[in-house]
Amino acid sequence: MLSFILNNDTIHTDMPPGMTVLDFVRYHKHLTGTKIGCREGDCGACTILVGEHRDDVVTYRSMTSCLMPLSNAEGKHIVTIEGINPSAGHLTPVQEAMVEENGTQCGFCTVGFVVSLTGFCLNHNEISQESIIASIDGNICRCTGYKSIEKASARLINLLNSNKNSASLAFAIEHKIVPSWFAGIKERLAEFNVAASESESLEQIKKYTIVSGGTDLYVQCPEEMVHTEAMNVFNRKFLNEIREIDGRIEIGAEATVTDLLESPVMNEIFPQLKKHLKLLSSTPIRNMATIAGNLVNASPIGDMTVWLLALNATVLLRNAFQHEMVRELPLCDFYEGYKKLAKSPDEMVEKIYFKKPDHCCRFNFEKVSKRAFLDIATVNTAMFLRIEDELIVEAHISAGGVGPIPLYLKNTSSCLLFKLFPFDEETLRELIFILESEISPISDVRGSADYKRLLMKQLFLAHFTELFPAS
Amino acid sequence: MKNTDAYGHVRGESIYLDDIPIIYNTLFACVFDSPIAHGILRSVDVSHALKMKGVVRIILAKDIPGVNQIGGIVADEPLLAEGHVHFQGMPIALVLAETEEIARAAAKKITAVIEPLEIITDPRVAKEKNELIIPPKKFKMGDSDQAFNDCVHVFSGRADVNGQEHLYIETQGAYSVPMENGGIKIYSSTQGPTAVQRTVARITGLAMHRIEVEVGRLGGGFGGKEDQASSWACLCALGTLLTNRPVKYSLHRMEDMRMTGKRHPYSADYKIGLDKDLNIQAYEAVFYQNAGAAADLSPAVLERTLFHCTNSYFIPHVTATAYSCRTNLPPNTAFRGFGGPQGMFVIESAITHAAEKLNISPSVIQRKNLITPGAEFPYGQKAESEAVTTWMQADRSFDFEKIIADAHNFNEKNKYKKRGVALMPICFGISFTKTLMNQARALVHVYTDGSVAVSTGAVEMGQGVNTKMQQVASETFSISPDQVKVHSTNTLRVANTSPSAASATADLNGRAVLLACESILIRLKIVAAEELNIPYQVDTIKIENGFVFHNNIQTKLDWQTLINVAFVKRVNLSEHAHYATPGVHFDWNIAKGHPFSYHVYGTAIIQVTLDCMRGTYEIDFVKGVHDFGKSMNTLIDNGQVEGGIVQGIGWMTMEEVVYDANGKLRSNALSSYKIPDIYSVPHTIDIQPLSTTRDNLAIFSSKAVGEPPLMYGIASYFAIRDAIRAFNKNASPAYNAPFTPEKVLMALYDSEVKEFHSHHSYH
Repeated sequence: MLSFILNNDTIHTDMPPGMTVLDFVRYHKHLTGTKIGCREGDCGACTILVGEHRDDVVTYRSMTSCLMPLSNAEGKHIVTIEGINPSAGHLTPVQEAMVEENGTQCGFCTVGFVVSLTGFCLNHNEISQESIIASIDGNICRCTGYKSIEKASARLINLLNSNKNSASLAFAIEHKIVPSWFAGIKERLAEFNVAASESESLEQIKKYTIVSGGTDLYVQCPEEMVHTEAMNVFNRKFLNEIREIDGRIEIGAEATVTDLLESPVMNEIFPQLKKHLKLLSSTPIRNMATIAGNLVNASPIGDMTVWLLALNATVLLRNAFQHEMVRELPLCDFYEGYKKLAKSPDEMVEKIYFKKPDHCCRFNFEKVSKRAFLDIATVNTAMFLRIEDELIVEAHISAGGVGPIPLYLKNTSSCLLFKLFPFDEETLRELIFILESEISPISDVRGSADYKRLLMKQLFLAHFTELFPAS
Repeated sequence: MKNTDAYGHVRGESIYLDDIPIIYNTLFACVFDSPIAHGILRSVDVSHALKMKGVVRIILAKDIPGVNQIGGIVADEPLLAEGHVHFQGMPIALVLAETEEIARAAAKKITAVIEPLEIITDPRVAKEKNELIIPPKKFKMGDSDQAFNDCVHVFSGRADVNGQEHLYIETQGAYSVPMENGGIKIYSSTQGPTAVQRTVARITGLAMHRIEVEVGRLGGGFGGKEDQASSWACLCALGTLLTNRPVKYSLHRMEDMRMTGKRHPYSADYKIGLDKDLNIQAYEAVFYQNAGAAADLSPAVLERTLFHCTNSYFIPHVTATAYSCRTNLPPNTAFRGFGGPQGMFVIESAITHAAEKLNISPSVIQRKNLITPGAEFPYGQKAESEAVTTWMQADRSFDFEKIIADAHNFNEKNKYKKRGVALMPICFGISFTKTLMNQARALVHVYTDGSVAVSTGAVEMGQGVNTKMQQVASETFSISPDQVKVHSTNTLRVANTSPSAASATADLNGRAVLLACESILIRLKIVAAEELNIPYQVDTIKIENGFVFHNNIQTKLDWQTLINVAFVKRVNLSEHAHYATPGVHFDWNIAKGHPFSYHVYGTAIIQVTLDCMRGTYEIDFVKGVHDFGKSMNTLIDNGQVEGGIVQGIGWMTMEEVVYDANGKLRSNALSSYKIPDIYSVPHTIDIQPLSTTRDNLAIFSSKAVGEPPLMYGIASYFAIRDAIRAFNKNASPAYNAPFTPEKVLMALYDSEVKEFHSHHSYH
């Protein structure tokens, strides 16, 4: 039995936990405002808001309901357009802005935009045109009315700027962005007791397939997932912490990309974090996709994997049957072959950690895809350098899309050691020669082998132009 | 006036096909489609699927009671494969089951024995093997052979342009319901309700009057649902006929992408000749259209490629030949622009080729050769041209020379960022090129409470046609738009409709609404005159803002009272009107005529900035002047312009349809086929309306706006090329759209790529 709040109704359901929230709301609750466009998280027509009671506030995030198992709704507040609509004949300011600016043509994507923008109004950290556009970066409009939607967004920024000091939710209720009953959701969510203890969760692993964000599993095998005995590990407190401890940064396996983005620790260490992570999928997917999911998925072009490889990260694995059995494995040894992991089926990733970079360190991430954003990388790469007295004393370079696994470019990394930047031409030639010997791209829908080889070289050079802008 | 549907859209209350409440006893359908692109269908094994609990029936070609044929223009396409399969994704069997999940699972258990035959995916190969859908079509004006001899500059080359996936966010689908006495009602997500009705009649063997097609609205069409919506409607209707139960099929995205056709890829050879003053004297083009496995709308698309092969230019000597080539891909179909954009891409390639060789800006040749009023297109129609006026107004507003000079300066100062600029004049003919399709009907009822209901053949798919029809009725009656409701498109209310296509929907249906309203209005004025005791002075009567005026003086007689009086007097408050576009004709025997009611013109300039380190690009702006005529709804028309531009840019940049040599679609999902997102749109779109005094034949003089703006997007291709050459002056990439980041990077570093290969060939 799963329990959650759907709009203003408390739901207790025996539906399969692996069923998507999309199918549940559309076909079992007949809430047809949420549309189906692609069922792979790439269009945003099925966007919903998911409210979670964390640290005494309810935080709302947009998610694509097509990739979200019902089990991940447990104890949450699920909001569809029907839960946002005011009484007949009225519109919310978000809806009003879309109508006034002609932000809707065929209307099929519109609800997704309205829901995402409403989520922004409920939850914003920063009120700017840039950040409101980021909130709809997962919504595709084919008609395509983006310029009108940009104007509608600007109207909302004006409205939000008039908020002097109210909390977001109070302001949203006051301005009828959401109905007033949203005020009572926090108390209602508190009544659900879903916080599973660590031992209880580990107990469940023995019986179930582990699903975290589901953002890739539900793309790869949606039909199988419906009837899989899945275990919800999403947003378990003990698994999603990001913290600094003993000179290293620990990331809980179930931390989402958004958790990373919003983490003060991470932002302090990586000033370019927002710019880099913007290249990863879209806001609703980042709200669901977890770090461990990206690592375990073992995609040769996993963005977070490539990012962490260059930080020389270590994976901590725990055995589900013998809790005390824990082992640590350098991430670069985690991949044995295409989609093959150095992990037994009994083991689950519990956390990832890396040494906290000091002020002598520089880090860059590069990614090129057919579409700059919300796309799978053709090639991605990260570079970490530690520089003392102008000499490179530590170097780690990773690369995705140029081999069967996400690569840690060991030889190129060692070749960089004790080199002086800028390099002379001979050094550069040597580096590129080694780089090219370490990669083996193949031709596929994302590009030809020749292209990927050239692109990898260019992105390698781009690391240096980014890290040493004056040169 | 705001889009009348927006209220329902933003509340999620607009009803699309998949939102129709499920009717009791509904069966769910799923197609088993060919996994092989070409072969002899030896046998189909449905036994495992049939054994599954919940599977009710599996339908094969032999079960079709009528004719197994869905081809519209040419009868060359079976609904379900029989004897042969011609493309991957060709429907072979239809599963009907109690749930959608079971239907899909069962379809996966069907197998077929297919003896493979040779697969053709390249239209030039198809032409070599004489695999043509129809005999070639040709346009000829003057004598190009002779004229090339007199040209100072002659250039020839090849241009290729890829297809485009429609990617309407609402996938294809249909829902059929059994009616009394063996009739069928079909809800369809189609641009062509009559095409659905006609095709269902052929498949089921029922007369058309037994088949009701109802279209509420579409979640996008773009041409993809003009002809290709019929298959799903036919399959559902077939299921209903054979089981007497409602049948629903709403396609999954990958089914849709795999089984449906797209914009036609073209390959072309061109030859362009200029005199010493850069006047284009002669142009020859041979087009190889990749039609896919069946005709679908390809012959009509092919014709429009010829109609637009000289874009906005006057060229005295033109020979253009077009082959519709049969390949083993899903039959390609209508897509916004309908072959016109492909024709324009080729001549723009030819002009750019010439300009690069002559070391001048292509804009010099473009400007020099714009068609002027009275000049003749290769198909015989004389231009009422706004080509020069739009160009000049855009130049005045945006200063082309300065834009080009600024980009040049920027390029001098930046090593790894380069800007490129290109101009794109457009000229697009409005009307169906098949003359008989230029007709429409409307049914208008005035109810006794004064409210008005309008039905037409127009399908609302985001282009705002409901709003425009509402405007026509409310403005003609001079009542509030709230008193007018535009209803769904239904073949029982309005028959024998043309599809909502060719940008002409508002023109055709709007004229019919206007005629219907005017007829009712005349009857109402007679009633009003009688009521005001001035029975012979109908001409002095006007209705304005809901009141009757006599000699421009408001009387006490209001709309509501007038309607009641008319009803009591037993005056007809309904009208069914018919409109046929006057003056259009075309004779294919001589390939001359006057096919278009009018043309739409415009000029745009696009600037891109290239990241030469990574091979990526951003579109900085699109600026220009567009010929709206006199827009009846600027909000909606601007939406069409911006949407068309972005779709055109998508086609030219990131949207890459990839089939492998086996005819398998590799770009088969949104994860592998990318369309513009909010970050890839131009930073600025500034399109101003043309100021003109010239009148036109459009509804309320508001010119058709659906397709033409898409072609501004073509400039993005040439702007990228311009930027590449600013970085690598020797780069001369093939004219082969789209310009994906891959092609860009390879062109930026073409010498290095060659070097790598020569280096590695020693090993």
